[in-house]
Amino acid sequence: MSKAVSALQGAVYQGYVEVREVGLVGMITLRGDLSSAKMKKAVKDACGVDLPGQREIAVAGDKGAAWMSPDELLLMVPYEGVGDALAAIEAALSGEHFLAVNVSDARAVFQVQGKAAREIIAKLCPVDMAPGAFEPGMIRRTRMAQIAAAFWMVDAETIRVVCFRSVAEYAFNLLKDAAEPGGETGLFA
Amino acid sequence: MSTRLATGGRLVNKAHAMEFAFNGKRLKGFEGDTLASALLANDQMLVGRSFKYHRPRGIVASGGEEPNGLVNMGRGETFEPNQRVTTTELFDGLEATSQNHWPSLEFDVGAVNAKLSRFLPAGFYYKMFIHPRPLWKHVYEPFIRQSAGLGKAPKDKDGDKYEHLYAFFDVVVIGGGVAGLMAARAAGASGAKVLLMEQTAVWGGRTPVDGPLYDATVNDGPVDKFVDELLAELGEMSNVTMRLRMMGAGVYDHGYLLGYERVNDHKPKAKGPRHRLWRIRAGRIVTATGAIERPLSFAGNDVPGVMLASAVRDYVVNYGVSVGDRTVVVTNNDDAYLTALALKAAGLDVPAIIDARAAGAGALAEKAKAAGIRVETGKGIASVKGGKRVTGVGICAQAGEGAVTEEIACDAVAMSGGWSPVVHLWSHCGGKLLWDETQAMFRPDPEKAPTGAAGEAFVSTAGTASGEMELGAVLADAEDAGRAAAKAVGKTPKKAEKPKAEGVQSNVIQPIWMMPQGANVKLRMKSWLDYQNDVKVSDVQLAAREGYESVEHAKRYTTLGMATDQGKLSNINGLAILSDALNQPIPQTGTTTFRPPYTPISMASIAGEARGEIFQPLRKTPMHDWHEANGAYWEPVGHWRRPYTFRQSPGEEIGAAVKREINQTRGSLGLLDASTLGKLIVKGPDAGRFLDMLYTNMMSTLKPGRCRYGLMCNENGFLMDDGVVARLDEDTFLCHTTTGGADSIHAHMEEWLQTEWWDWKVYVANVTEQYAQIGVVGPNARKTLEKLTDADLSAEALPFMAWQDIEFGDVKARVFRISFSGELSYEIAVPASQGRAFWDQLLEAGKEFGVMPYGTEALHVMRAEKGFIMIGDETDGTVIPQDLGMDWAISKKKDDYIGKRAQQRSHMADPERWQLVGLQTVDGSVLPDGAYCVAEGDNANGQRNVQGRVTSTYYSPTLDRGIAMGLVKHGPDRMGEVIEFAKVDGTTVPTKIVSAVFYDPEGEKQNV
Amino acid sequence: MLILECPYCGVKGEETEFAGGGEAHLKRFGPGASDDDFHGYLFKRENPKGVHLERWRHSNGCGKWFHAARNTVTLEVYGTYSAQTTEPPKDIKDKISAKVPGWSWREFS
Repeated sequence: MSKAVSALQGAVYQGYVEVREVGLVGMITLRGDLSSAKMKKAVKDACGVDLPGQREIAVAGDKGAAWMSPDELLLMVPYEGVGDALAAIEAALSGEHFLAVNVSDARAVFQVQGKAAREIIAKLCPVDMAPGAFEPGMIRRTRMAQIAAAFWMVDAETIRVVCFRSVAEYAFNLLKDAAEPGGETGLFA
Repeated sequence: MSTRLATGGRLVNKAHAMEFAFNGKRLKGFEGDTLASALLANDQMLVGRSFKYHRPRGIVASGGEEPNGLVNMGRGETFEPNQRVTTTELFDGLEATSQNHWPSLEFDVGAVNAKLSRFLPAGFYYKMFIHPRPLWKHVYEPFIRQSAGLGKAPKDKDGDKYEHLYAFFDVVVIGGGVAGLMAARAAGASGAKVLLMEQTAVWGGRTPVDGPLYDATVNDGPVDKFVDELLAELGEMSNVTMRLRMMGAGVYDHGYLLGYERVNDHKPKAKGPRHRLWRIRAGRIVTATGAIERPLSFAGNDVPGVMLASAVRDYVVNYGVSVGDRTVVVTNNDDAYLTALALKAAGLDVPAIIDARAAGAGALAEKAKAAGIRVETGKGIASVKGGKRVTGVGICAQAGEGAVTEEIACDAVAMSGGWSPVVHLWSHCGGKLLWDETQAMFRPDPEKAPTGAAGEAFVSTAGTASGEMELGAVLADAEDAGRAAAKAVGKTPKKAEKPKAEGVQSNVIQPIWMMPQGANVKLRMKSWLDYQNDVKVSDVQLAAREGYESVEHAKRYTTLGMATDQGKLSNINGLAILSDALNQPIPQTGTTTFRPPYTPISMASIAGEARGEIFQPLRKTPMHDWHEANGAYWEPVGHWRRPYTFRQSPGEEIGAAVKREINQTRGSLGLLDASTLGKLIVKGPDAGRFLDMLYTNMMSTLKPGRCRYGLMCNENGFLMDDGVVARLDEDTFLCHTTTGGADSIHAHMEEWLQTEWWDWKVYVANVTEQYAQIGVVGPNARKTLEKLTDADLSAEALPFMAWQDIEFGDVKARVFRISFSGELSYEIAVPASQGRAFWDQLLEAGKEFGVMPYGTEALHVMRAEKGFIMIGDETDGTVIPQDLGMDWAISKKKDDYIGKRAQQRSHMADPERWQLVGLQTVDGSVLPDGAYCVAEGDNANGQRNVQGRVTSTYYSPTLDRGIAMGLVKHGPDRMGEVIEFAKVDGTTVPTKIVSAVFYDPEGEKQNV
Repeated sequence: MLILECPYCGVKGEETEFAGGGEAHLKRFGPGASDDDFHGYLFKRENPKGVHLERWRHSNGCGKWFHAARNTVTLEVYGTYSAQTTEPPKDIKDKISAKVPGWSWREFS
């Protein structure tokens, strides 16, 4: 009756790369002492990966953990799994000073897929997207045109972008505009 | 006449003819033409009128320095003024029209200015239009505006697409001539990541044009073979990116560089962006930008048909276009001899080479004589015959005053005053210049390069841009520049490759700033320095006489080098004249400042993708689409759009809709989308202590399950935000902020935690967008919610200023019993992903109570009826809580909070500060927003004294009259007094000071 | 447009990722402070031609505040360092001294 829906309900655009809204992803902002053993355990318990290093993202299946700042991680789990993950974190970090909060509904997630995926980001973000400079396993928080965003590479041709839910349509239209046929730059070809 | 030759034209493909139109005339050109070469091929020498005197003007140059050939291109949504004919590639169907004339290019009324030119010297506008003052606004300004501006602004929306591209390179080489190719190869060979850009559509620059004319060879082969070899080598390097049609537009701090790529200008029907602005970060920038030929200053040097010598030979060699049948060459250096040789080789007549140097040229003079060309040394041009086209020149002794010794009939003049290295990009970010006496040019001072983030030099020059004029030296300098750049970015350059270059040697240039040397005033008034802005030798001399000794002042007084020229053609000649007039050496005068862009770039490329629906981000709540579909009249609130009100029919008056929403809400049930309110989680053992510092009230004593309204001030003491704080558990608070405050208050909290109290154990998270927040407001609010849950919502179970987690079916919600309207009210936060579904459920459940959503205006009116303040209305960054009578919200028990010390400053504690009161007009009318309350007497500026102002004012449907709040001197002590508020028409409105709580002062409606 | 390196996340980003936050190393004065001390804290700011110590925030990034030692004339950045300190670290002071002998900024030199 009250089914949860993502901001753009899976919108897709087929340009010279494909732009797709991924749909709902369970997300938890976790702040605390990233060097503590309890924190490592909490991340492992909640999403089955090792705590990522600076500007890294660790992914295992449909779960993952991304380094957001020296005291903040973004944990990703299936949307329905947030409650369990939060419980696992609460258990692992009991007695510690930390903050874990569900932000699944505050975000929109996009996937940019195709050989030229890198250059789509390079049109919008002041980041060196060249192979070698940015690779799978890294995450970058930055500015995408006029909004804050973060992105990482799933593989050599797939990039995921996350931004705030309220600007989902703007973000999608940015990516769509950049991916319109005829705009190929060949910069990373 | 100018025409297409039967042979020649290394860049045009005569197998592919193209049609285009100029001023409606259908003309023919070839693939590979520029619009300039195609116009000249059709004998269209006259392309425009000058800016001030509307003199007929022809094409002067063959590149980006062209001052005259600016035309309107396209029509409708592709119309664009000021497109340079020399840098516009011809395409099939191109449409261009000339500009800056009326009614036609051939006959122009504005040319009367030229007849008046004696009366229109430099500074004329400043002197003439200043008196009498009253005439400025109604006579002078409209007249000047009418004639101002080059070209006309487009009326239609730009139909093309534009984009940005962020790119990062170790080395960027700007300029694709032989120097650029060499430098890029040297850098590329080291493994550095290199970008090489060339603004035109062809690689190689001038060398393939000029080389064969002076028998140049590289490694014993022809120069074009050498260019091909370099290109082949570069093509093999995967670490080198090469781009044609891309200009280095500007060099900025820390290696930032703008590359302006004209992706589709030459194929306007193609898909994709028209221009792409590359926002580049470069480790090192090498400018191989070559040099620009200077005109000579002789009388009549602006008559169509007088062109730069290099341009004349570009047209004949590159495009197979002759600019005239009989061309007189005039020069002060050897280079122009190449033009004579090229013309002769094409079968055209060169009646004479007029060389101002007594000694004349070296080996090239012999070559010219051998080709049958008459060479006159120590001579100059005294006059040019002809109006819209050259018909002849008068020859004189360069050393004299201009007595004509001979007249030579001709239809073109090729002039060369020497070369100026293109130092613009070097200079944009602070590179300094040296005056090279021998070569009579400013060239980059390698010791004074622009410096970057680590204090390192990050720009260097290569080849002619460095001031090297001989091919061998050019290639060697470029090799060095490329290797040095590679080394500077941490790469190991390969062994240097310095090709052997040979060719006919040149004699040294002789600087000639005026021709003849003793030209009288009549001649000087016809010797143009700046074609586009109509600046003559006499104008610069006048500026000097009138005291404009700084080159920057003289530039602005005379307009020399302004507009699109930016010092390309006019700079050196102008400042040489100025130096002469001031009797000081040229380096002492110096140059004007070189500013980006090098040549103009499209405004749309600067905007990039930011146009149309992605002009700026538009934030949407989860219920946005419902609002859109149900008559929302939008109000921008930051980047959000919030419904101001909902119109039930398109014809419903806005005021009527607001009134309807208020009456419905006060009478039964209204819904408010409050999702935009900021929501910040503050957690940790020190969270209470932290919030005690942030809010003026005591927050640490708040009990879990309860809410408290709080005020937040900045360190200046001024009120900056307010909202309801809920304590979630012992360690955790949820702070609501204003819509506009969500991000700024989050940042404010992080700032204090990170930079002042970094040892406090507190974490903050912004969860604003996690929730859709809906206000369920009105006497039937509880009944409505009870239909959706079994939870106990009674006043006992969930009293005013309490909150609870409650499930509405499968929606997990947090319900706050708070009210901003004075009604029974619940604010319900649900996951944003279920927001729309829950909104629909509430509408369904509220149907029996006539539920209506209400917008921000109803919210405002209802809060004002209750005397609640609004951040941004009652506050404006200068108001402290004490001004608003909110001492009740300021804890007396706390030693400190942000803003406390400031509020103790004498002016803040002054009893004379204006205080918040309610205002009620005697006649029931609505006070104008922001109106001032007048007092007796005038202030020092002769203005009426004031004693207060309106901060909020509305028509209250509940009370059926105007209500307002305002800040009034001693207001709270003056209850019942009638004071006067000024309207813009000069009348005043008698208004009674009353309590700000207009409605339900006992709170009976919300305490149920 | 400057490039700054955030000492917290290690990103070397362009200026549009960051937000300037004014003078570094201000000492807060609160209730009980004299008018002079408080006014100095609230209003008096260094505006040097040359070496400057500033606060910046990696606003379009990790969100952390940090300090930058920078030259307002040459725009050279001597270094960035933690926000959780009351003075610039020695290595950065040494670096400035090497480039600008005899520099001083408030009580630091």
